[in-house]
Amino acid sequence: MSSRWTKGLFPKGVYYLSGNEASAEGAIAAGCRFYAGYPITPSSELMERMSFRLGQIGGVFIQMEDEIASVSAVIGASWGGAKAMTATSGPGFSLMQESIGYAAFTETPCVIVDVQRAGPCTGQATRVGSGDVMQAKWGSQGDYQVIALAPWSVQEMYELTIQAFNLSERYRVPAMVMADEAVGHLRENISIGARVSICNRKKQKGGTPFGTAEKDGVPPMPCFGEGARLLVTGSTHDSFGFRKTDDPEAHAKLVERINGKILKNRSRIVETEGYFMEDSEIAVIAYGFTARTSLYAVKRLRKEGVKVGLLRLRTLWPFPEESVVELKERVKKVVVPEMNQGQIAGEVRKFYPGEMISLRQTDGEIIRPEKISKVLTSTG
Amino acid sequence: MVRALEKYIRPGVKVTPFCPGCGHGILMNAILRAIDELKLDMKKLLFVSGIGCAAWIPSPHFNGDTLHTLHGRALAFATGAKLFNPDLRVMVISGDGDLSSIGGNHLIHAARRNIDLKVICANNMIYGMTGGQVASTTPKGSRTSTTGEGNPYRPFDLCKLVGAAGATYVARYSVTQPLALIHAVKKSLLHVGFSFIEVLSPCPTQFGRRNRLDRPEDLIRDLVRRCILEEEAKGLTEEELAERIITGEFSP
Repeated sequence: MSSRWTKGLFPKGVYYLSGNEASAEGAIAAGCRFYAGYPITPSSELMERMSFRLGQIGGVFIQMEDEIASVSAVIGASWGGAKAMTATSGPGFSLMQESIGYAAFTETPCVIVDVQRAGPCTGQATRVGSGDVMQAKWGSQGDYQVIALAPWSVQEMYELTIQAFNLSERYRVPAMVMADEAVGHLRENISIGARVSICNRKKQKGGTPFGTAEKDGVPPMPCFGEGARLLVTGSTHDSFGFRKTDDPEAHAKLVERINGKILKNRSRIVETEGYFMEDSEIAVIAYGFTARTSLYAVKRLRKEGVKVGLLRLRTLWPFPEESVVELKERVKKVVVPEMNQGQIAGEVRKFYPGEMISLRQTDGEIIRPEKISKVLTSTG
Repeated sequence: MVRALEKYIRPGVKVTPFCPGCGHGILMNAILRAIDELKLDMKKLLFVSGIGCAAWIPSPHFNGDTLHTLHGRALAFATGAKLFNPDLRVMVISGDGDLSSIGGNHLIHAARRNIDLKVICANNMIYGMTGGQVASTTPKGSRTSTTGEGNPYRPFDLCKLVGAAGATYVARYSVTQPLALIHAVKKSLLHVGFSFIEVLSPCPTQFGRRNRLDRPEDLIRDLVRRCILEEEAKGLTEEELAERIITGEFSP
C-alpha cells in the first residue's frame, strides 16, 4: 500500500483506554476529520469522544437524526474531501445498509465501526454478539464488496481503525471495523507510537472518476469544489458518471469492476495470524473477542501437550480463503467458535472440505475458554 | 437568452428526460436564470438530489458538481458535504415525495438546524416516476393509481411544515409564475441559512390524466387559476379558498 508516515496527534505513550475510545483515537490518527452519528449502545462512547476530539483539532462533528442520515452525511462529506466515519451497533447498522450499498457503488471511501451487540432486532443492547458479520458483506442489495476487519483488543481497535481508513482510501470502498461489545467496552493498556502510516486517496487531474485503465481497478477521486464538475450517482453509470439505466454492458462492466478491484487485490488486503500452527492437528478459526478466549484455551491445552493452534482472522471481508484452504493439508479438523449461529463457519465450510465443528453461542455472553477447550479435547 | 444559458448545461447532455407538459423544464430554466443573473460560478455550486423525476433536474444536466443520492436522503448527504466544505453553495433539488415523505425526517431536522442549504422542492403532488401513486402532497379527493376513489387524506402544507421546523427563508411559487420564481431562487441563493422553495409543477402524465386535466394546458390553466397571493386571499370566502393555493414568501 502506498502510504506515508506522519506524526500522530496523540502524544506517544501508554494509555488506559476503552476499545471505543481507542477506535476514536485511531480515526483521528488516520486523518478522520468528519464524524456523523446517532447514539446507540454499545458504541456511543466512540461518538462522544469524537465530539470533543474533533472540536479540539478543527474537524466537523454532527449528531444526526438517525443512522440513515449519519452514514449519508458521511458519504456527502467524503465527496466533499473528508476522511469520514460513523459508528453504530446492530439496529443502526441495519438502517445504514442502503447507504453502504451507495458508497460501494459510487466508490466512496468511508469507515463504519460496528460495535456488535446481541441480536436479532433490539435483542440485548448491552450484551455481546457477532451476529452482523454476514450483514457486513451482504446487507445491501446487489453484488458489491466491502472490507471488514475484526479487532480483538483495545490496541487493535486503534490500529484496525487506522487500517480501515487506509484501505478505504486506497481502494475507494466502505471499510468496516466489526468490533463487538466486549472489545468496545474492554479497558486495557495500549501503546500509541509517535508516527502513523497513512494512505490518502489518489487524485489525478482529468482522470475519469468511475473507471480506469489501471490494473488495480481503482480510479482517481476528485472532490466537490475542485472544478471537476462531478457527476455522482447511485444509478449505473459510465466512467464519467453519466447515468446508464438501460445499458447492459455498462452495468456488467461497473459491477464487475467494483467487485474485482477488491477481490483481485485480496492478497494485499487480507491479514490473518497463526498461533501454534506449525505442528497443530486441530485448528481453531476465530475472530474478534472470541479469538482472545480461543487463544487462552489453545495455550492451556498446549501446556497439556495437545497439538492445537489458532488461526485468527483479522480480516473478515474479503474472506481470507487462502489461509483456510491451506489448512486442508495441515490439520485434521477445524473448530469455529462464534457468537452467532455459525456465520463464518459457513464460509470456512466453502474452503475447508474436512471435518469442521461450528461452535455456536448466542446467549449474549462471550464464549468462555473452558467451553472451547472442552470441544477441542472431546473431539481430539 | 436561451443560448446564453447553454454554458450551465453539462456538455454531452442533449435532451431533457421529462414528459411533454412537465413543469420541471421551466423550473430548471428558472434555477439557471437565477444563477446566471447572480453570476455565480458553477464550479462552486453543488447540486444534491434524491430519487424521482425532479432529482433529474440537476443530474446530469447542470454543469457543476452534482450528487444524485438515495431516495429521501438528499438532505443528509448535502448536510455532510456542506458542513465539511462550507465554501460550497449547496442546492438540494428534489421532489415532494422524496423530500417530504420518505425524507420527511431529514427535512424537518435540516430546517431545525438552519443549515445553509437551498432546497427546491418540485411539487407535482404525485409519485411521477413510479407511475402516479398518491403522495403526502396529493390534494384530498384526487385520484391516483393507488387512490382510485380519491385520496382520503389531507396533504402536507410543506411551507408551514418547514417554517414551523425553523427554516429561515420559505416561499411557494408555481412554474406559472416564472419571474417571481426566479426572484425567489435568487433570494434563496443569497440567503444564509436553511431556505425552502416549494415549486408547483404540473404532471400531465400521471396527475392530470387521472383528474380530468388531460392536456398540459389544462393543468397550467388550473394552476394559474388556483395560485393566488396572500393579499388576494383576504377577501375570499372559505369555500373559495379551499381550492386556492397561496403563493409568495412566508419568511418569518
